[in-house]
Amino acid sequence: MNVTLELDAQFRAAALREGLVDVRYDIVDSPVGELFVAATDRGLARISYFPDGMEDVLARSFGPRVLRLPLDDVRRELDEYFAGKRRTFDLPLDLRVAPFHAAVLAELARVPYGETDTYGALAAKAGSPRAARAVGTVMNRNPIPIVLPCHRIVGASGALTGYAGGLEIKRHLLQLEGAKLT
Amino acid sequence: MMEVVSQGIPPFERFYLEHRNEVLGYLRRLLGQRAEDAWQETFLRALRAYDRLQNARNLRSWVFTIATNVAMDELRTKPQLPVDGEPVAEIRRDAFRELEHLTGDLPPTERAAVVLRYGYDLPYAQIADALGSSEDAARAAASSGVRRLRRTHERHA
Repeated sequence: MNVTLELDAQFRAAALREGLVDVRYDIVDSPVGELFVAATDRGLARISYFPDGMEDVLARSFGPRVLRLPLDDVRRELDEYFAGKRRTFDLPLDLRVAPFHAAVLAELARVPYGETDTYGALAAKAGSPRAARAVGTVMNRNPIPIVLPCHRIVGASGALTGYAGGLEIKRHLLQLEGAKLT
Repeated sequence: MMEVVSQGIPPFERFYLEHRNEVLGYLRRLLGQRAEDAWQETFLRALRAYDRLQNARNLRSWVFTIATNVAMDELRTKPQLPVDGEPVAEIRRDAFRELEHLTGDLPPTERAAVVLRYGYDLPYAQIADALGSSEDAARAAASSGVRRLRRTHERHA
């Protein structure tokens, strides 16, 4: 006895309508592979290049009522970004991180489309000029890559250095934005 | 990072994917064509209670308990019995397969007990939870249901 797609969709919609969902997620296709995206009532909460096990991460972070539901706004803005038609994201964010991470990510959000900055410079802007290494950790744990553009942060020499999704994706995003790469 | 403690409770999506089909099958046996509304109500009730669950033990019998309650409410308020002619593919036990199409004539508690025991292999302790009764009462309901089915079956045979 299999639940039909229609009945399934009705249930999911009813669950959302009744406010019973802690966090919802979807899988979005992109030129850099499948993206796992998740949102709460407050806003976009996660983007991950690695969908496996992310439901558990969501349950631990936001509560066990995790349900897959279409995230049309997120999908649309990402599609536009990857098509080169969007330079900034208008999505509200639900960022639940420690204060230092929040300060760094707030500065990160100000790095303009198509430009790069260094870990050290970002540390200085966040008020901790000697914390370049810690900034690297914040970038590595960025819960919402692409939208919070940690791909725009490079080493002092201009080398791409590292990226949670892999350097190939970092290069792809910077080229998409027309950034100058050394 | 703020962490919500959920003590091994699986993400609802996983719980839902694991049980949605068998719960629908169960409700079809209890309610026939009226099963779909009851199915949705079952999972909405599960979702309403899900963040207050204390542990992940026996989630299967927990959702059957909810489904049974929803079905009992439905049968109490609209007691006309469903026309239940649909062939059921996934029944495991021969004896049950033979009698299953007749369960629609049983009183609701007996029907739930028979279907949970012989259609879903639930132990009597969990059927008792589902029916809100003692284990002895669950056993009695199932065996009384089976006796009633045999009598009906013999009359039809």
